[in-house]
Amino acid sequence: METTTNKSDLKTDWIYSPAPESTDHIRINQRYDLFINGEFLLPEKEKYFETINPANEKKLADVAEADQADVNTAVTAARKAYENVWSKMDPAERGKYIYRIARLIQERAREFAVIETMDGGKPIRESRDIDIPLVSAHFFYYAGWADKLEYAFPGKQARSIGVAGQIIPWNFPLLMAAWKLAPALATGNTVVLKPAETTPLTAMKLAEIIQEADLPPGVVNIINGDGKTGRALVEHPGIDKIAFTGSTEVGKLIMKTVAGTGKRYTLELGGKAANIIFEDAAIDQAVEGIIDGIFFNQGHVCCAGSRLFVQESVAETVISKLKNRMETLIVGDPLDKNTDIGAINSKMQLDKIKMYVDIGLNEGGTVYQSSCKLPEKGYWHAPTLFTDVSQSHRIVQEEIFGPVLAVQTFRTVDEVITKANNTPYGLSGGVWTDKGAKIFKVSKAIRAGVLWANTFNKFDPSSPFGGYKESGMGREGGLEGLQPYVNLV
Amino acid sequence: MSKRENIKKTYKLYIGGKFPRTESGRYVKWIDPKNSTAVNICRGSRKDFRNAVVSARSAFSGWCSKTAYNRSQILYRIGEMLEGRRSQFMDELMLQGESQKAAENEINQSIDRLIYYAGWADKYQQVFSRVNPVALSYFNFSYPEPTGVVSAIAPEETSLIGLVSIVAPIITGGNTVVVLASETKPLCSITFAEVLHTSDVPGGVVNILTGYRSELLEHFSSHMDVNAIVYCGSNKDEIKIVQEKAALNVKRPIVYSDENWLDNKGQDPYRILNTLETKTTWHPVGI
Repeated sequence: METTTNKSDLKTDWIYSPAPESTDHIRINQRYDLFINGEFLLPEKEKYFETINPANEKKLADVAEADQADVNTAVTAARKAYENVWSKMDPAERGKYIYRIARLIQERAREFAVIETMDGGKPIRESRDIDIPLVSAHFFYYAGWADKLEYAFPGKQARSIGVAGQIIPWNFPLLMAAWKLAPALATGNTVVLKPAETTPLTAMKLAEIIQEADLPPGVVNIINGDGKTGRALVEHPGIDKIAFTGSTEVGKLIMKTVAGTGKRYTLELGGKAANIIFEDAAIDQAVEGIIDGIFFNQGHVCCAGSRLFVQESVAETVISKLKNRMETLIVGDPLDKNTDIGAINSKMQLDKIKMYVDIGLNEGGTVYQSSCKLPEKGYWHAPTLFTDVSQSHRIVQEEIFGPVLAVQTFRTVDEVITKANNTPYGLSGGVWTDKGAKIFKVSKAIRAGVLWANTFNKFDPSSPFGGYKESGMGREGGLEGLQPYVNLV
Repeated sequence: MSKRENIKKTYKLYIGGKFPRTESGRYVKWIDPKNSTAVNICRGSRKDFRNAVVSARSAFSGWCSKTAYNRSQILYRIGEMLEGRRSQFMDELMLQGESQKAAENEINQSIDRLIYYAGWADKYQQVFSRVNPVALSYFNFSYPEPTGVVSAIAPEETSLIGLVSIVAPIITGGNTVVVLASETKPLCSITFAEVLHTSDVPGGVVNILTGYRSELLEHFSSHMDVNAIVYCGSNKDEIKIVQEKAALNVKRPIVYSDENWLDNKGQDPYRILNTLETKTTWHPVGI
């Protein structure tokens, strides 16, 4: 008799015809300069670096690399704009500019989605349906806060801080820019933003929109470059506040660098989230949640559900269904609307993921990968899961930032809570069960900032996001997201 | 008839609900400003601090899962106990060099501060919680949770109100704490431990060490099982050490400089918030 977990249930003979998103309406310049004081300026040393499409390794554009002198110019512009214009502006008027940015992004949403996918490798389905809509929603949400800050902090008055230096990662390039810019601007601060060096393009398109929105010059400055540029920004004495999203390693470096300077900072760092499946969960939904949890955005997600804990009694069923479901994932051209899993963001990241798979194998884990065909050009990694791993394995402890899931089992609630919390990280977690009481018990006991019950990887501008422990400090999103950008007096 | 000799108090540390001497066997001779009394104060060591962190960590889950009402009553009880022992604190504060008037004021403020935070214990959650109107079919809410084990360097000048002002908000929020008492005015900090001990505060929730700030500061800042550090003072070099070492495990460094703890501005619920984390939970809406 066939069991419900038979592979033939999900595996079909259907052939998907290519369904590529059109790119003929997309304008990408050959060269992008620095966006400082409302203008596009040549970098002091006229140095440029290439940004490529990780799905085919083709160059998309040259991008200006900002050095110390350029950082200085940007910070000076931001300071002037802060003191002369932005901090003095009627908050309601400030809000209108931010609303305008939100609207302009909505109008040009498809263009942004396509460029985000070309520059970063994520599936168009995600950039089109998740990233870009959330970007405009984020600006829209915080725009409304600009003239309502007196209601946000009972008993205190919120004052802007000054110039914020913001450094963002490559996994959600424009969304992270929005998470940083929107609350900073709403609270009256000005900004120097540095996108990640592998994904600078949508931020430069955003610079165009900021011009189009007539934002006063210098309120938002966008400069590109690698870690050196970021470092120059962090160390610049004219910066009052750092906002960083990226690795825990760099986050710690930033903490050390600004120690004793009086600079404020918020950090959104790494994670190794536990996704916990209890035996009384709706198993098929849970399997979808596991897939979303780890394979969303190729696993390039700090809050990814990269540690799966399945209750022993259902482990066999869940793992077998999970493997079946992995078989159906379409890996390939990120611009194809059918694609589930796009390209790995860079060669460096691909190498890191492969290294961790080797580590997992060497430590005795059993690997399973879907049998999908990977394109020849570009950077790709098949959806991967490991069983036969335990708490001490490096692939269980360390953040991989790729489509690699470590699966463990458990028997009791207390056991899984202990295991889930056995990590220096504390960004997110998932709980799957049909019992409401169990959801509250477990989600309260998990030491992490975002808990998803019977769902995973959901985001909203009104929902605070950020970690406990080594996953960072401060929150982005929601009312909590205002606090990192104000002094309370 | 011979004159009766007083019994002198031995000042010890307060770790895990017990009053041990420092494991190091070291002491600091403390002499009051008028040169009338000398006592031996424990010179706490790194090992004492580590033991205290172990106690604080094991007390954490019990303390943070107590009901807010219960925590509120325990904070109130500390205030009651302090009120009842005011004459002892008067003596010690004056021995530490305060005038009678100043000592009285400091005790009054300290008691009132405990009552102030006792009242917050079951209210800050309401002030700092939200239901977030997400644009998806989910019930989404955020609420504050304690960050965990906190280490604290108490204010040097105001040894009773200073200690109370930083310990109270930390434990009101459900954290546990290891605090280094004022180095120059240690007496009433240790006596405050006796107040805590008779106030239904579970052992390990508050641990009090004495010793040299210069020796212990780095350990308070660098311990890998401490989630936040509260530093009181305005020494720039010390602040730098605290903030630098905090990076080791992304500890939350909270610095209180130039605070007048005797003023009402030395208390507000945002001081509770400083050692809290926001947790956000998503729950689907549907059938």
